[in-house]
Amino acid sequence: MALKFEVLGKFNRARAAQLTLPHFICQTPLFMPVGTQGTIKGLTNIQLEEIGCQLILGNTYHLALRPGAELIDELGGLHKFMNWKRALLTDSGGFQMVSLLHLADITEQGVTFQSPVDGKPMLLTPEESIQIQNKIGADIIMALDDVVKTTITGPRIEEAMYRTLRWIDRCISEFIWNCARRIRSCFTRYMCQRFGGPRFTRKANLTSYWDSYAIGGLVGGEDKDSFWRVVAQCTASLPEDKPRYVMGVGYPLDIVVCSALGADMYDCVYPTRTARFGTALVPEGILKLKNRAMANDERPIDLTCSCMVCKNYTRAYLHGLVTKDAMGSQLLSYHNLSYMMRLSKNLHTSIVEGRFPEFVRGFLQTQFPRGDVPEWVCNAMEVAGVDISSCCTPLASWHD
Amino acid sequence: MRFVAAKACAGSRARAGALYIGGNSAAPIETPSLMISTLKGLPAFISRDHLGDLPAPDSHLLHVSPIHFLDCPATKTICTIGGLHQMVGLHDHFFIASPRDSLESLPESDGTNKLGASFETPSGRQLVKPSAYMEMITSLMPNLWASMADEVPAWVSDKRNKTSVDRTLRWLDECINLDLEGGKNVLGFVVGGSSIEERKRCATEVAARNVSGFWIGGFGLGESIEERPALLHAVTDSLPEEKLRLVSGLSLPGVDIIQPFLSTEIAA
Repeated sequence: MALKFEVLGKFNRARAAQLTLPHFICQTPLFMPVGTQGTIKGLTNIQLEEIGCQLILGNTYHLALRPGAELIDELGGLHKFMNWKRALLTDSGGFQMVSLLHLADITEQGVTFQSPVDGKPMLLTPEESIQIQNKIGADIIMALDDVVKTTITGPRIEEAMYRTLRWIDRCISEFIWNCARRIRSCFTRYMCQRFGGPRFTRKANLTSYWDSYAIGGLVGGEDKDSFWRVVAQCTASLPEDKPRYVMGVGYPLDIVVCSALGADMYDCVYPTRTARFGTALVPEGILKLKNRAMANDERPIDLTCSCMVCKNYTRAYLHGLVTKDAMGSQLLSYHNLSYMMRLSKNLHTSIVEGRFPEFVRGFLQTQFPRGDVPEWVCNAMEVAGVDISSCCTPLASWHD
Repeated sequence: MRFVAAKACAGSRARAGALYIGGNSAAPIETPSLMISTLKGLPAFISRDHLGDLPAPDSHLLHVSPIHFLDCPATKTICTIGGLHQMVGLHDHFFIASPRDSLESLPESDGTNKLGASFETPSGRQLVKPSAYMEMITSLMPNLWASMADEVPAWVSDKRNKTSVDRTLRWLDECINLDLEGGKNVLGFVVGGSSIEERKRCATEVAARNVSGFWIGGFGLGESIEERPALLHAVTDSLPEEKLRLVSGLSLPGVDIIQPFLSTEIAA
């Protein structure tokens, strides 16, 4: 195995672990910034290392399009190409196909789509997805799955589930027979649909070959109540000794809840994207720097944050930069990713040091000082066995 | 700030010099030198933690346009924060302020009148009076600052050109009067368009004031490249040797610091 996963501490379902990868030894729970085209928008690699970034996600679809998998391979792989010394993960390319392209047709063979370059029909097969990812050379690669919208119901879900299983087998074969020269870890995307979770587990014949599991197909419009239940179902069914990656998550609150339920890894464009719209992540929630109230506020974004931005800049100055100058996006992206790295580290350390419930309570009390913790969070924490009753005001008093 | 002009190159107007900007840099900046342009005080795309990768102290010379701060923050807020260096987190850098830049503060001579100079900015055309300009200078506290000027294109009438010189001289005196430090760090602005006589007149008048150096402007506004040397020489021949000379938008022998207009556009 090229991936080693060692649990260092637990609280009920929540785990803190050490994830050893070819390029870096990571601590989980961890958040992965998304480096879509081989770079995180607005930050240099040195800055990413400074804020404690361990693992970056690269989008196979975008990279295969431009600059192309062959070129990346010729130049020694994505690590060398982007000069990133730590760990990399690539997705299978399937999600972008379905979400970005107008004419994506899924058959047993693979995903047929219209090339955005010249409009010609193209086909992405499970085998090809593995080949492309192998050329890119990330520490962790993903198997291609039959992606469906979370809001879909009916027989399509079952069709997607079984097809994904067949595709996973094809990915594994391709990986073993043709990618042996590169040591890599293979995730399989473990699609959790509302009705498909438990059945998937049984049928999936969870072999010990797979290094880890990704919980995908979420954060596509489903309500929060369904979201946490699906994550809870999946983490309950998956093996304890392998990492669980919830794709596309996300908001700090969601990460805390999923970690309590037993997930280990996350990725999302949210922190950097929201930075470009002038929104900073703070312990209280968010801070909209575009607001007129910020124009003369001489405090840093977050008094508890020690990142380069909070140590040097006032809200008043940033108010003038955001959405008007590229530097505003850069500085805010830097702060937001620092915040996410700090959150990851706090989750890991609090579990290892045996104070995870206290950390969760502190987090919720800061975000919901009036005690109005959302019901879905309360329900999820009950299942996770984390007592947050001190954070929640009784329902009756909300209406006072 | 201390500027030492070394001996001029024999047979040419070119001269080398040393600019001591103080602070943590003991070594001087060798002139001729370039200023790095900024947007709201920060170089485009290079955050403060990466500025240290550029050669020092040469990369410590930054241009700032007070016009970028017209909308926000308020001058009172800039004062409370502690001035430009504190606000942008660049304490060791040397800021030279002048209104014009190549991207977001373009002189609009049609809009300029006896009350103030007009600039095309991202938030539209703005008229800036000397009093407002000096309020911003006082709050920003740049290391050096140019007085306000009426920069006109090469094709205006002689009468309009002469008016621009008269206004620029009047505004220089106004700015010095409004300066709480009595013009200690002022760079006298020299204009004069494409007229050798007006250039000479302006330069001589500005040199007669007690200024720290000279900002030679009014170039890059339609004059031909062939005209420039003669116009520049008309100015530099009327200026004292020992004081600092800056020019915007071009590079020719006889000046010490250049405000380049293309570096960020090319990089971007």
